[in-house]
Amino acid sequence: MTRHILGAGVMGLALASELAGRGVAVSLHDRGGAPGPHACSWWAGGMLAPFCEGETAEEPVVRLGQEAAGWWRAHGAEVTAGGTLVVALGRDAGELARFARRTAGHVSLDGAGVTALEPDLAGRFARALHFPDEAHLAPRQALAALAAGLAARGVGIEMTAPEVVDFDCRGLAARDALADLRGVKGEMLVLRTPDVTLSRPVRLLHPRIPLYVVPRGDGVFMLGATMIESGERGRITARSLLEMLTAAWALHPAFGEAEVLEIGVDARPAFRDNLPRIRRRGGTIYLNGLFRHGFLLAPAMARMAADLVTEGRKPEVMDEDRAER
Amino acid sequence: MPVFYGVEVASPLLLGTSQYPSPAVLTEAFRASGAGIATVSLRREAGGGRAGEDFWAIIRELGVRVLPNTAGCHSAREAVTTAQMAREVFGTPWIKLEVIGHTDTLQPDPFALVEAARTLSADGFQVFPYMTEDLVLADRLLDAGCEVLMPWAAPIGTGLGMVNPYGLRALRERFPGVPMVVDAGLGLPSHAGAVMEMGYDAVLLNTAVAKAGDPVAMARAFALAAEAGRLAVGADPMPARSMAAASTPEIGRAFLE
Repeated sequence: MTRHILGAGVMGLALASELAGRGVAVSLHDRGGAPGPHACSWWAGGMLAPFCEGETAEEPVVRLGQEAAGWWRAHGAEVTAGGTLVVALGRDAGELARFARRTAGHVSLDGAGVTALEPDLAGRFARALHFPDEAHLAPRQALAALAAGLAARGVGIEMTAPEVVDFDCRGLAARDALADLRGVKGEMLVLRTPDVTLSRPVRLLHPRIPLYVVPRGDGVFMLGATMIESGERGRITARSLLEMLTAAWALHPAFGEAEVLEIGVDARPAFRDNLPRIRRRGGTIYLNGLFRHGFLLAPAMARMAADLVTEGRKPEVMDEDRAER
Repeated sequence: MPVFYGVEVASPLLLGTSQYPSPAVLTEAFRASGAGIATVSLRREAGGGRAGEDFWAIIRELGVRVLPNTAGCHSAREAVTTAQMAREVFGTPWIKLEVIGHTDTLQPDPFALVEAARTLSADGFQVFPYMTEDLVLADRLLDAGCEVLMPWAAPIGTGLGMVNPYGLRALRERFPGVPMVVDAGLGLPSHAGAVMEMGYDAVLLNTAVAKAGDPVAMARAFALAAEAGRLAVGADPMPARSMAAASTPEIGRAFLE
């Protein structure tokens, strides 16, 4: 019996990979035919930072997110395990203390500690937090790795919709069935500069404009990301651009000379508590609401959904189970 | 309880709706606080058309009065346009008028504020101007048609509490009949209690609740403090004095032991 999965963003690809890995026959369907810019995971930061996310996210995100790095590595993604560096500018030092209070798994660094980890930030930050057990990946490489792994098992991405959808992983497009799903707009930038080298994601805390910079290698950096309560999937505003670039400049002035490679905008699918859900409605199981935690939570979501299929075990994030319609 | 433009609200606490960890936490914080008014920003969420509709629906479901604001506007014209859009989206003539003069200090621009207040009042809006504690500015805003004033305690997001207690006291005493809400700069429940004890009608907060480790508990704490201050004013506090005054008589006590 083949399970049909609709949507080949990070959730659909992860679920197809997990099921196929367990010997379940799957088909994967997506109007794009390949991972691409029509899925919001295309624009993601790719930070596997469960402890940092614990600043505002609820406990399941921190716990379930800890499976992510190992899962991605086992599925062909190039995972860099350098941790996360969290810094704040002098006048926002209080933000660093607050962040430390609300998160676990960090060590405090002085200026010398910052320099030892990221020599290019030498002299710029007298204090920082390091989350050594965190990692990051390049989202598009990771999505391609999953697609390639599936192709190797004979599973392609079909551009037509299946007759019967067993798993709906369409993200925000599933709003037609999930009325409590909303979009949270995010804007991001990709810059290139040979003048800055970073080995790990750096988060710059700011009361109004928090920023993260994820190194992609070869002098390429992803800057993100705004969080706006809006379902709009395009149109970056001048203000957002200005704020992100200003924050990047504050992190390292060399970003001022960087080349802007890409500007991305999309809306993340989220439920009201910003936690993901698995829902059975009739014959379809919906996996959705991964919010800003697509790469962080897709592995755990895929595992839970696969456990449901292969072992009948009910997922902890299942909030509705209406087999009969 | 405070009355704004003829509407009595059930709580001296007004809560903002941005920066919460999630809409679920926001909803719970409102329930815990009993706040009767929610302020909501339209500027960023608006996007093209009604992209912010999902979030606005969550605000409407809170079941409290909505006070849309013009946060993020830097000119009178921008603020007027945003107010008109807010009236359409939320179906209310109420508008918290915020015109920012400096991007970094977020200090209100008093000149543009008066200009926008005049335009909006003439257009049928009921304006809640976010202002510095300046007495002359208060006069001008009342002349412009405002029937409520919203002085700051400190710059937005600082959590410093009253930085100019003299100015806030003078404002309160000079316009005893005008409903006034202290907006911005409150960080602790005791700050809210202090301005309420001064005779202010209500307090408005956002960051202090939304960015607390437990926003729900903090919302409740602010509600209790604001209510305590309100009750204290009605109870006519004792005057402070410099000499000790024992509450139990000393007569009959063996004073040589």
